[in-house]
Amino acid sequence: MKASAFDYARPASVREALELLGRHGDAAKLIAGGQSLVPALNLRLLAPEILIDLGGLADLRGITVEGATVRIGAMTRHADLLGSPVIAEKLPLVAAAMPHIAHPAIRNRGTIGGNLAHADPASELPAVMQAIDAVIVVRDASGERRIAARDFFTGIYETALRDGEMIVAVEAPVAAKDERIFFHEFSRRSGDYAIVGLAARATGSGNALADLRLAYFSVGDKATLAERAAAVLGAGPVDATRLAAAQAALAEDLSPQDDQQASGSTRLHLSRVVLARAIAVLTGDASLAGRATA
Amino acid sequence: MTARNPLTELDRPNSYIGRAVPRPNLTRLLRGRGQYVSDMTLPRMGHVVFVRSPYAHARILGIDTAEAEAMPGVIAVVTGKRLAEVCTPWVGVLSHLKGLKSAPQHAIAVDRACWQGEAVCAVVAETRALAEDAAERVFVNYEELEPVTDMVAALQPDATVIHPELGDNLAFERNLDAGEVDKAFAEADAVAEAEFVFGRHTGVTLEPRSIIGDWNPGEERLTVHQGTQAPHMMQNIIAKHLDLEEAQVRVICHDVGGSFGIKVHVYADEMATVALSKLLRRPVKFVADRIESFTTDIHARDHRCKGRIAVKADGTITAFAIDDMTAIGPYSMYPRTSAIEANQVVNLVGGPYTNMNYRARARVVFQNKNVTCQYRAVGHPIACSVTEGLVDLAARAIGMDPAEIRRKNLIPDDAYPTASASGLKFEALSHHASLDKLLKMMNYDALRAEQAELRKKGIHRGIGIASFIEVTNPSAAFYGVGGARISSQDGVAVRLDATGRIIVQTSITEQGQGSEAITAQVTAHALGVPMERVRVILGDTDNTPYGGGTWASRAAGIGGEAAWQAGKALKANILAVAASILQADAATLDVVNAIVVDKATGTERMPLEEVGRIAYFRPDTLPPGFQAELMTVRHFVPREYPFAFTNGIQASWLEVDTDTGFVTLLKHWCLEDCGTIINPQLVDEQIRGGVVQGIGPALYEHCRYDERGQLTNASMADYLVPMAAEMPDIEIGHVVSPTKESELGAKGAGEAGTAGAAAAVANAVNDALSPFDVTITEIPLTPEVILKALGKV
Amino acid sequence: MTATVSITLTVNGETVRAEVPPRMHLADFLRERLALTGTHIGCEHGVCGACTVRLDGEIVRGCLVLAVQANGMSVETVEGASDSGELQDLQDAFRERNALQCGYCTPGMLLTAQELLAKGGVPDRETIREHMSGNYCRCTGYQAIVDAVETTARNRAAARG
Repeated sequence: MKASAFDYARPASVREALELLGRHGDAAKLIAGGQSLVPALNLRLLAPEILIDLGGLADLRGITVEGATVRIGAMTRHADLLGSPVIAEKLPLVAAAMPHIAHPAIRNRGTIGGNLAHADPASELPAVMQAIDAVIVVRDASGERRIAARDFFTGIYETALRDGEMIVAVEAPVAAKDERIFFHEFSRRSGDYAIVGLAARATGSGNALADLRLAYFSVGDKATLAERAAAVLGAGPVDATRLAAAQAALAEDLSPQDDQQASGSTRLHLSRVVLARAIAVLTGDASLAGRATA
Repeated sequence: MTARNPLTELDRPNSYIGRAVPRPNLTRLLRGRGQYVSDMTLPRMGHVVFVRSPYAHARILGIDTAEAEAMPGVIAVVTGKRLAEVCTPWVGVLSHLKGLKSAPQHAIAVDRACWQGEAVCAVVAETRALAEDAAERVFVNYEELEPVTDMVAALQPDATVIHPELGDNLAFERNLDAGEVDKAFAEADAVAEAEFVFGRHTGVTLEPRSIIGDWNPGEERLTVHQGTQAPHMMQNIIAKHLDLEEAQVRVICHDVGGSFGIKVHVYADEMATVALSKLLRRPVKFVADRIESFTTDIHARDHRCKGRIAVKADGTITAFAIDDMTAIGPYSMYPRTSAIEANQVVNLVGGPYTNMNYRARARVVFQNKNVTCQYRAVGHPIACSVTEGLVDLAARAIGMDPAEIRRKNLIPDDAYPTASASGLKFEALSHHASLDKLLKMMNYDALRAEQAELRKKGIHRGIGIASFIEVTNPSAAFYGVGGARISSQDGVAVRLDATGRIIVQTSITEQGQGSEAITAQVTAHALGVPMERVRVILGDTDNTPYGGGTWASRAAGIGGEAAWQAGKALKANILAVAASILQADAATLDVVNAIVVDKATGTERMPLEEVGRIAYFRPDTLPPGFQAELMTVRHFVPREYPFAFTNGIQASWLEVDTDTGFVTLLKHWCLEDCGTIINPQLVDEQIRGGVVQGIGPALYEHCRYDERGQLTNASMADYLVPMAAEMPDIEIGHVVSPTKESELGAKGAGEAGTAGAAAAVANAVNDALSPFDVTITEIPLTPEVILKALGKV
Repeated sequence: MTATVSITLTVNGETVRAEVPPRMHLADFLRERLALTGTHIGCEHGVCGACTVRLDGEIVRGCLVLAVQANGMSVETVEGASDSGELQDLQDAFRERNALQCGYCTPGMLLTAQELLAKGGVPDRETIREHMSGNYCRCTGYQAIVDAVETTARNRAAARG
């Protein structure tokens, strides 16, 4: 299991990286942390002619707060996010998701930009980015473009990135003071990709949920906002009836697929279960979870 | 439990028998200084990569190797046809498995590929990467044939016959009918039945299969470095199929990164590797990559087994009946065959119980998937899951507690020697002592009370119990009587060197179980020397006595006894030398802490290094006619019983989330009786590892094939093995019933954990789901399987 | 064929210069070029953890880092961390507890555990299991490994006072 041969370039600046990307086009792959790319190379699922290593672009790494916006450089690693007091305070949903992403050795290499560009439908961050209303900042030789996270993911391993573009940063609004969050995934083993996962946030108080966002992952060809269900839940105080209506609406919001781990119908069922658990947490009303706790 | 005289030779002061001493080979492994075959590089070594069939069944119309041969670094591109000139095919049958049939299998397929992953061409190059580059340029012209994948369909009259010359796809069938089964079912107060379905799974050794063939045409000798459990078996087979004398083949085992039965078989690609070395006159190395491991390491336990149980209202089990079917891939594996697992299922079902009415049928079926063969606890997890699943169903049918029905039916501890309905001979087992101890250890009644309380709150926890018996210390009845040249005896040579150190050569092998440690312990104890003085050599056909190796829970029981006997013999010889020097009666002397002492007083007379010095350098000072013999060899094989059966019982405590189908393991217990325990820590860790290896297929592990015979989850991302976060702590207990076949009294312990773990987990899941009147008899118990059973999806 | 790339890196404290093909991953580089075979290869797709090494002080999968990416960086393997004595107490605990059988996962287990232990404190068993959950062991069933890591954490905490 050895990768096919390829050439290697390590640009010293974003400009140089973009220049290389422009020159080599489809023959090139960008490598950030490489934690999804290198397995694909080793398995010869991908055989690029040249790898453009973004590892030298120190200016793409780091977390800054500018007013009400948190900016995360594309080369910021999962471990950086997990250990960041800024993320914990300003983007608690990101902080909540991080421990679920793979394992420590992977988190020490994997980057947010690489993760988002890879666009794995079972990955956590594409959903989290949609839940927190993040913007993906991409750049090509002609300049920058800002794409709402909800528009960024277009299919399995497919994004709105155009030829010659790369992600340089992610920007997200600082969480509101009264923001309530929920993150959970049903995965067979710790660190595995989820069978179903949900990143959710809302504001408001008690059973009245405002600005509710329900971002599901591993339930379709891309991470998806369950907008119908959110609309049902946002239309009035949440009770069991409203929750049941929202659970029913998930059938329209999501199009879960069959795979090794579960059928689409199991996924839809689990999407409904996790919704109840989310709403119980977001409203503080444990009875809505629909299950006992020890 | 058998009483022992507390003052036998095994119980001397400072005994090493029964002591948890650390293994001497661990420091090397802990510092990254082990040497596994995958680590080795030899001068002029080529790396072989195999072009493998993408089809489950296909005719090979032609192979174009020209482009590959021209690739950088390529040494040779070799087809099956060419390799067949230096390596003859084999047929995996044994004469005592009457009617077992199989077809000739080549090291590389010649005309036809019979499973996805079978090698059809070899590329040898300077590096693995270059060989992979060239392998992409080998163009094979296939004609896809209809694959036979479903085991039931494989036996239908209209099925494609994989090997037309065999007539049908039925490799082997065994029927057994003992007692009065029909009468028992007719007179039963309750009958329960179910079909038990087991997901095909595999061993996933962390170090993949690794081998280097090194043919030296100057010596006309082939040195094989291989991660194998049975070097002498491999020596015989390699010689046989490469047209060599056994003496021309040397098999060396270095450190082995896990085996579990995966590395005790003859793999076509490994035979191809050594044949390529002979063909190319240079070392050739093959290390399976992880994908190749999944598609070519033997799989196991692809069974569907219908079972019935008859029970009286008082809980007496009056009959078992099973109809088992297993699919083994396109060939019976060589040389141990792929019929042993089903044969064991027939032997073992109902084994812990007094019932003597038993009917069984097992059918072993060819199909176009990867080959299956013996994997840790061969047949036991199937037999145990069927038996214990049926016992729980019977208990439920008559409203009896699962522990109570077992107490009612387990063979009494004072009934030995006795035999099972299938004819297995039991020397001494301890089912009731084990059950009692288990229930106490797990605080069974309190756990039941806790379960009931939680159930009121809608929390569904379950307790699962599984009794089992386990085959260990096999005699020639396993393979030898069927004509296989697989040794059931082992040999140990022990020598005193001139500095008073001990060198032990043993024919058992080490893959992490602790073979080296227990050999050193037993020998040190027999001789009366500190263990640090003992160095153990194993895994080299040139440098150890002839023997079987390490498999079927045999190393400690058989190899350990050989070490004990060899050590005792050497001690007698040492004392004879010392007696002649000291002009004393040898019977009055002893060896304590590497010093010859007066037995009566403990007075030190001379250290072993002095014995060695005189014997080797001043033999002229010894009495005329006296010859010092400071190396002894002893061999051992059990003779009275074909197998030393052990027994045990496991329990699982877990929680099922009935909304999600997820299972959380909370605790696991295993109580077992392996006879004399040489090193309690090693036994406990064998059991813990074995339990987790049994839990894996209960919850996660499954080689998932599609209807075209494509393995769809051949990666570690998709084939789920047990990892640390989900596994429970496991509590171990023991009852000790030594075998009288040997002085040590040790039976095997390597497979007990795996034998009963899946049954305990499955029974616990069903116990947790009992309020829903749901019984699941399929593993792995995935969330989806559980949700479907609950009617939620 | 593609061009090799010159790299200079520190491996267990020694400066190493090499010409490597870009496709060669770090675990292969350590094993094949430097004969540091304590770094094992189990899956080559980032799942098993057998190839765990430290890169600039942090654990990574050796099979998921290309040797060229390690240019200018510092690599530590189990051999280096053993020779420095850094792992001694952890190795002793593994030995005493028989927390390894075949030993193939062990170098990765040690380096992974050491990263958790370096955070200080005495992690509970669940935390240890979670931290080690990306490292596969087929032999032990994990309990002995968890015990050995827990014992080492206790001993280190006691030594700190």
